Amino acid sequence: MSSDNEDTTSSSESERADSVEENATLEFIENLSDVPMGRLPSNIEFQRTRVDCKADAPIHTDTFQYSGAYSSMRVENSFLDNFCDNFRVEVIRLTEDEMEFDMIGIDPALANAFRRILISEVPTMAIEKVLIANNTSVIQDEVLAHRLGLIPIKADPRLFEYAENNTASEKNTIVFKLHVRCERSGQRLSVKSKELIWLPNGSEFPLESQDSKTGSSSKPKTYTSFTCSQDSLPEFSGNPIAPALGDILIARLGPGQEIELEAHAVKGIGKTHSKWSPVTPVWYKMLPEIVLLEDIEDQLAEKLVAICPVKVFDIEDIGKGKKRATVARPRACTLCRECIREGKGWENAISLRRKKDHFIFTIESSGVFPPEVLVTEAVKILEEKCDRVISDLS
Amino acid sequence: MVVMKAMGMESDQEVVQMVGRDPRYSALLMPSIEDCAKEGIHKQEQALAYLETKVKRFSFAGASSENDGRVMTVLQDVFLANVEVCQDNFRPKCIYVAVMLRRIMDAILNKDAMDDKDYVGNKRIELSGQLISLLFEDLFKTMIAEVKKAVDNILTKPSRSSRFDFAQCIIKDSITHGLERTLSTGNFNIKRFKMDSKGMTQVLARLSFIGCLGHMTRIKPQFEKTRKVSGPRALQPSQWGMLCPCDTPEGEPCGLIKNLALMTHVTTDEEESPLISLCYCLGVEGLEVLSGEELHTPYSFLVLFNGNILGKHRKPQHFAAAMRKLRRAGKIGEFVSVFVNEKQHCVYIASDGGRVCRPLVIADKGISRVKEHHMLELKAGVRTFDDFLSDGLIEYLDVNEENNSLIALYEEEATTETTHIEIEPLTLLGVIAGLIPYPHHNQSPRNTYQCAMGKQAMGNIAYNQLHRMDSLLYLLVYPQRPLLTTKTIELVGYDKLGAGQNATVAVMSYSGYDIEDAIVMNKASLDRGFGRCIHMKRYCAVNQKYDNNTQDRILRPNRDGFDSGPMRVLDDDGLAAPGEIIRRNDILINKQVPIVTRGQFKSALNDSEFKSVPQRYDGPQGESCVVDKVALCSDKHNNLCFKFVIRHTRRPEVGDKFSSRHGQKGVCGTIVQQEDFPFSERGICPDLIMNPHGFPSRMTVGKMIELLGGKAGVSCGRFHYGSAFGEPGGHADKVEAISETLVRMGFSYDGKDFIYSGITGCPLQAYIFMGPIYYQKLKHMVLDKMHARGSGPRVSLTRQPTEGKARNGGLRVGEMERDCLIAYGASMLLYERLMISSDPFEVQVCRVCGLLGYYNHKLKTGICSSCKNGDNISTMKLPYACKLLIQELQSMNIVPRLKLAEA
Repeated sequence: MSSDNEDTTSSSESERADSVEENATLEFIENLSDVPMGRLPSNIEFQRTRVDCKADAPIHTDTFQYSGAYSSMRVENSFLDNFCDNFRVEVIRLTEDEMEFDMIGIDPALANAFRRILISEVPTMAIEKVLIANNTSVIQDEVLAHRLGLIPIKADPRLFEYAENNTASEKNTIVFKLHVRCERSGQRLSVKSKELIWLPNGSEFPLESQDSKTGSSSKPKTYTSFTCSQDSLPEFSGNPIAPALGDILIARLGPGQEIELEAHAVKGIGKTHSKWSPVTPVWYKMLPEIVLLEDIEDQLAEKLVAICPVKVFDIEDIGKGKKRATVARPRACTLCRECIREGKGWENAISLRRKKDHFIFTIESSGVFPPEVLVTEAVKILEEKCDRVISDLS
Repeated sequence: MVVMKAMGMESDQEVVQMVGRDPRYSALLMPSIEDCAKEGIHKQEQALAYLETKVKRFSFAGASSENDGRVMTVLQDVFLANVEVCQDNFRPKCIYVAVMLRRIMDAILNKDAMDDKDYVGNKRIELSGQLISLLFEDLFKTMIAEVKKAVDNILTKPSRSSRFDFAQCIIKDSITHGLERTLSTGNFNIKRFKMDSKGMTQVLARLSFIGCLGHMTRIKPQFEKTRKVSGPRALQPSQWGMLCPCDTPEGEPCGLIKNLALMTHVTTDEEESPLISLCYCLGVEGLEVLSGEELHTPYSFLVLFNGNILGKHRKPQHFAAAMRKLRRAGKIGEFVSVFVNEKQHCVYIASDGGRVCRPLVIADKGISRVKEHHMLELKAGVRTFDDFLSDGLIEYLDVNEENNSLIALYEEEATTETTHIEIEPLTLLGVIAGLIPYPHHNQSPRNTYQCAMGKQAMGNIAYNQLHRMDSLLYLLVYPQRPLLTTKTIELVGYDKLGAGQNATVAVMSYSGYDIEDAIVMNKASLDRGFGRCIHMKRYCAVNQKYDNNTQDRILRPNRDGFDSGPMRVLDDDGLAAPGEIIRRNDILINKQVPIVTRGQFKSALNDSEFKSVPQRYDGPQGESCVVDKVALCSDKHNNLCFKFVIRHTRRPEVGDKFSSRHGQKGVCGTIVQQEDFPFSERGICPDLIMNPHGFPSRMTVGKMIELLGGKAGVSCGRFHYGSAFGEPGGHADKVEAISETLVRMGFSYDGKDFIYSGITGCPLQAYIFMGPIYYQKLKHMVLDKMHARGSGPRVSLTRQPTEGKARNGGLRVGEMERDCLIAYGASMLLYERLMISSDPFEVQVCRVCGLLGYYNHKLKTGICSSCKNGDNISTMKLPYACKLLIQELQSMNIVPRLKLAEA
């Protein structure tokens, strides 16, 4: 920082005298005893790193990205300097379609970019076109198509291309067939998503205009033009494509009703329509930090423990039969602010905070990808974006 | 006095006795008696003769009876027609007149005795049965009269050729046609009863379930609503529990059109004679035995039955108690009301139709007759409401009888004097106001607004909605049951046929597209089906038959060639096929009409004798709709009739109107991507964002409680209730209890969450009030309303652009817009808008006479038709409307002359 200062002063001769004087005052200030140099005063450091959740409103919610934000105090605010050292990811919980992990040492803007990419830019496959041959159920064609579109499909979108200029090929389209009928004498029937059957050879419906002209020449033209069967490709031979969940209700059929249709799934991103979003939600929260500014003892402590609905506080013995409240499970805090609710008298004794550089991420996958793959995909997209910025700038 | 004398009360003293011997009454009666004496009227005959001179002018001509009899008939049949005169005994009528006189005098002497004409107890509601019986009576009597005339005509003929057949004289179907005409037009025009009112029948609004229900409880007054009076529009204290205080339209008919409350019953006529004889049995002294003096003795009350004086009773309270006991025992009808009016010294017994009444729990000395075990039996289904009624636990009280009872709101509040206990306070609202959660926390006009808006909400109409062929139908794709319900909702069935969705609402400012009540919507929610609606419209076509035995025909579509595009949706039978996607200007029916439809009889027609008139679909441009169903039927002229229902599924777009249940409507201001939307620490992302400025001035506290209750409801898994005034009765959850639930579920007690911005990723600097609120989508959608045009059709008269969306009209630069442009000095723009883009016209003006000439195309000059030459003709441009004005003035012998000068 100081070297920067000298650079500017040396650049212009005329201002030199002024700068010398300025430097003198700066030096004077620096030499004052209560100006901590090289590190921020505790209150400003608190503002920088914590959100203070007061009873009426949270304060210090913003972050300062500008590297020179604290330059007057000779503090470098650059985020990249020790990012590599400080950045950590800790996986807390990982199941088949859910994941919770901590992302530590990162700016909210970056964490948010990550969240946004997960919601809207990680591509998946979803049903986009539905060819309805017969639908005598009460559910309307458009509504049925909409419902089908929202079914997550377990197919790796990395193996597909975006469908361009409307030619459906084995590279960009997955075709499903749904043909259910409720017998006239039977009970009402629920059509579930497991009844969607993958057609690796593409559409089976012949194109109307084509079949009248070409007649029975070689192969009847259909709505897709697959050059080969998809299950002959090595990627799919092992795992057939199917909806991620088998028990999603599509429609209900009464006796005598029938649905016959073909659904074409293509690749897309959540920005266009949320059916392509690979996550049901993904969100983060900043790490809760709860500080007892005053000792809360005995009965008050017990009251405090009882008051918290998520059991953040606990009691520890401090000898002589005295008890003191401690913060046992700060992560559980949902910020109900019950402990600092006015009238309870603890507004100034308890401080609820959030750490601004520690994010607890939760990813709920829609079933298309396992959540950990989603993270890596999102990272790749973020990387790509950064590359694009760099290449465009240079 | 003359009238009294004419009715046989010849003694002045008797009249004075009948009215009351109080000198104040006689003083008021004095002038009349004096007048009478001055005119020399002492005897009945004299009085009748005097009245004869008065009555002549009004009496009908052609009355065959002699002069003397005419006054008599008027007195007998027209004057106080409700009092019967048997065997020329006018005494009951005299007594009635005397009582009326006394009432008038009471009102003169003491203003408190004045009756209130807006008092609900003095009003009667006419039901369809009564109206139709009146109509039938009129039609039947008209028919009889006509038949009589016809028969007389035939019988008076000296020589009759054929045998007299009575049946031939009856005009067939005259009653049926009369009834049908009245029902279809709604114009009741009954001369016999001097009834002429319009809009008596209305087509039941089927646009929404609630609108339909509300329509059936509506009460319309008879007099015209243009009168600027506040009296009948004001809320009457006597309408408590009978008529809904919230549900009334805004504007002109405000306060006049009312709706019934939830438990109101409108009575129908009941047999009178058994009740009359019962009254006499219970100790009513008949009129015959009373002298005029005795009429007004204190401590004995007049007994009036349906407005007729029956007699007197010495112990009115005992009499009333006995009558009520009989009613509770079910011996007399449950809707008979007994009302003791202490002020007027009268007992009113009413069994007539059109009174409004409501059920109340009977209490003996403040202790409710309905006990715990009764309620248990009710819950078990052993006991029904009718059992309560027949067991004398509950009874119906009409507005008058309510004045004789002391009604406690709750059992706990009952004292020893209490006679009745309210069943539930929520029943004081109507069906529609009953849908509002916590209406008692809202500012009253907000509830009224919601009553008007609830009828426009889309949702379910009925269970058979998909089989109906309504001309217009709005359905919601995914309707939901409100998270915060009320007891009324369950009673009415709104929880099964809902019209709205539970949207997670964040009350915060966002993006500036939310000012003036606009709401910001989450795109992901819309993608997933929030607010998605189906709009179905019916189109009709008729295969007309013509007089010359020709009829329209429907042809197979030509699959290729010209028109094959718009005929895409047609099936082989020439009608649009269900399930086909249809666009604007596609052909619905490939119909051909014979060119000659009149004149001589024709048999088979050639193809050349038909012209093609396909019916095209005129839906919105650029939208793809679907043919939902096609029905064939025959209309009343026995023509084949085709009905097409075209379905259009719409997702909400900017400008669509939404509303909560608290009179807070707003349009969608913008639609925002989910990632830009704020989210809470639990990952909850709101469906819509509402601006907090909607709250302070509207004071819809009920909406806030709905949000809290809904949030507690979703988190703990129990539907919360918000019935009107339901907190003490346990039909509404208290805010304290809701807050406790919220805290238990880890939310803040005040419903405010810690929210992160979706754009910056940082927490917001305030806690945000967030939770589910039931939102209705209203039927006003931009797609139906938006309109723009460049050049287009013009009106032939003025050559100006047409008006209105349906005619593809232009947008008018009106007076105020014009003022703006003048003030701005944009004269060229003004000229362009008002002249060039509207109706420019070139005229030939004669500089000498100033009149308009014409352009002679042969001579290629303008010629003035009055000067007969073309020497002084100038060409100029005028709006066509101006030229039209000049010519119209000329046609009225006004000569506008144009004086031209060099510009």
